[in-house]
Amino acid sequence: MTAIDPTAHLTAEQIEELGRELDAIRDEVIADRGEKDAAYIRKVISAQRKLELVSRGVLLFSIFPPAWLIGTAGLSVAKIMDNMEIGHNILHGQWDWMRDPKIHSTTWEWDHVSPSEQWKHSHNELHHTYTNVIGKDNDLGYGIMRVDEDQRWHPFHLGQPLWNFLNACFFEYGIAAYDLELGRNLSKRRRKNPEFRARAKAVGRKIRKQVLKDYVIHPLLSGPSFLPTLAATFTANLVRNIWTHSVIMCGHFPEGVQVFERRSIKGETRGQWYLRQMMGSANISGSKAMHFMTGNLSHQIEHHLFPDLPSNRYAEVAVKVRALFDKYELEYVTGPLPKQVFSAWHKVFRLSLPNKKPKVKTPDRERELVAA
Amino acid sequence: MVTTPLLPSDYLDLVSPLRAGADLRGRIEAVHPETGDAATIVIRPGRGWRGHTAGQYVRIGVDVDGVRLWRAYSLTSPTDRRDGRVTITVKAIPDGKVSNHLVRRAKPGTLIQLDQPTGDFVLPQAKPAKVLYLTAGSGITPVMGMLRDSEIDDAVMIHSAPQPHDVIFRSELHALVADEKLRLTEVHTDTDGMLDIARLDELVPDWAERETWACGPAGLLDAAEEHWTEHGVRERLHTERFRAGIVVTGDGGEVTFSASGKTVDADGATPLLDVGEEAGVLMPSGCRMGICFGCVTPLKSGAVRDLRTGKITEAEPGVLIQTCVSAAAGPCDIER
Repeated sequence: MTAIDPTAHLTAEQIEELGRELDAIRDEVIADRGEKDAAYIRKVISAQRKLELVSRGVLLFSIFPPAWLIGTAGLSVAKIMDNMEIGHNILHGQWDWMRDPKIHSTTWEWDHVSPSEQWKHSHNELHHTYTNVIGKDNDLGYGIMRVDEDQRWHPFHLGQPLWNFLNACFFEYGIAAYDLELGRNLSKRRRKNPEFRARAKAVGRKIRKQVLKDYVIHPLLSGPSFLPTLAATFTANLVRNIWTHSVIMCGHFPEGVQVFERRSIKGETRGQWYLRQMMGSANISGSKAMHFMTGNLSHQIEHHLFPDLPSNRYAEVAVKVRALFDKYELEYVTGPLPKQVFSAWHKVFRLSLPNKKPKVKTPDRERELVAA
Repeated sequence: MVTTPLLPSDYLDLVSPLRAGADLRGRIEAVHPETGDAATIVIRPGRGWRGHTAGQYVRIGVDVDGVRLWRAYSLTSPTDRRDGRVTITVKAIPDGKVSNHLVRRAKPGTLIQLDQPTGDFVLPQAKPAKVLYLTAGSGITPVMGMLRDSEIDDAVMIHSAPQPHDVIFRSELHALVADEKLRLTEVHTDTDGMLDIARLDELVPDWAERETWACGPAGLLDAAEEHWTEHGVRERLHTERFRAGIVVTGDGGEVTFSASGKTVDADGATPLLDVGEEAGVLMPSGCRMGICFGCVTPLKSGAVRDLRTGKITEAEPGVLIQTCVSAAAGPCDIER
């Protein structure tokens, strides 16, 4: 909750009109979606698999330092591709329209310790529906951090720069724990809940498989290169974790991004939902390669408006979306990666300390909604 | 464990998609035009192909504009083709997405998905002495598979097509006639009108003694079935229908939740998710606004309308719909 509501100048009619204009952008892409898009995702998947195979092949000889470097770099990139442009986007159903059962949100499993099924629930359903609503969207601080002035400060938050750093290093485990909602499920009563136990078991199975593959089987296959291969896979996972954590932090944490109160979404219209996505997300500017390596989550604003449009279309959609931001005099939060990462981390540090209560508590739009 | 979460086959598919043990696929090797709107597609099937019997059809999955669509086509190649290739012959039907794609745009080198051949529209093991083939339009395709595969001593064919140049395989048929392997009557419906089944007596006086294989539009097959039944020789008639039925689309309709055995009436504006929950069916759900894909469910038959775009989706194998933003567009069957 910022002191001043940046959407206060919009009337209810304007917000609905904005919603219709965004719907039109979406319809245009859907009508035009076709062969080229399908070829794109197939090419990316094929390239990722080849890169992973080659990198793991090179790592068989990782006892030689140049092989270690090349293999580790390749495997890091392959894991980032699998996680971001491929896994995240397929699991959003962005490619379901192809009706290819091998590239489908209901069948895809990624190289990540969080089982796809659980991640889809906490990410697609909770985070994307309740984007930036305090108490509803657990992505806000992942339940371990304070990310807004209005959240109550607790001495625990003094350590949040450290929690955030550790979360970055072991991000995939953080996500798995987060999908299990460990925070609220660890009480004695909840722990015994059979539904929770089944989910915890599924995570356990996935972790076992992932760890066995990365830290036992592949090192063993490397024979004399056992230790270097082990170090290489650990490094690749670390690189992937820190990279994805950084990209994701840039999506909702930088300064200028709005958060919302629980009651502000009561009776929310389609236009208002769109507006919340616009104000609650932030982009990363950069080259084509940059967009690709972030899985096009650099277009976080567009992704949040249209989570099921194919990721390769976000760049062209962004031009139109940005024009709407200008038209309705809204701030399009974007910047290069280092700037956005710094901004997000700055907030983590700043909010680890207590602050004065902001003067204006409820932005106008919310008051209007509560009254309505 | 080596490749988790993928399977080793996911990697092998990169280099050898037609190998033994892979999901069954085929590669289009050539497309030969037959008539103005029909073409024969030469396919090299993967190693898992089990072979077919003349007259059978195969379901193929083709990506048209990036969307995988499945259709069934009769196999027209003989069963003993040396090079292991098989052919289907496709007639482009108006607005037919797959048929037009295959006839006009399919390129050699393209991979397609295949099912094993199937169908019981085939000649019996013991070849009958006298045979009648009653065909129209692309109904000739399964019969062509039979003609190319097995010689019958006394074979008669009545084939209907709008004009002579619309007759698929015309020169090959005439060659068979020249070799006295077939007696053929062509009915050109643009000039002669539709075949009147009552003319059978005149065209093939001993039709009732012949084992008959009929394939063509529903009108022809209905008339044939009636005629053969009337004369008490229905068991001699074998028919094959290409299209099971046209999907009726409308506004709302009767919704069947086949897994739970419930049927309810739904209007054209209520999401199927709500319809199901109202009826006490256990429905998976998520965001309820079409963004999380937590509610996708197989559409087994019928059609639904996307409430956001108005787009109609018809049931096909493998089609999943988002129940939270789809409403009944006519009768439909949801697998819940």
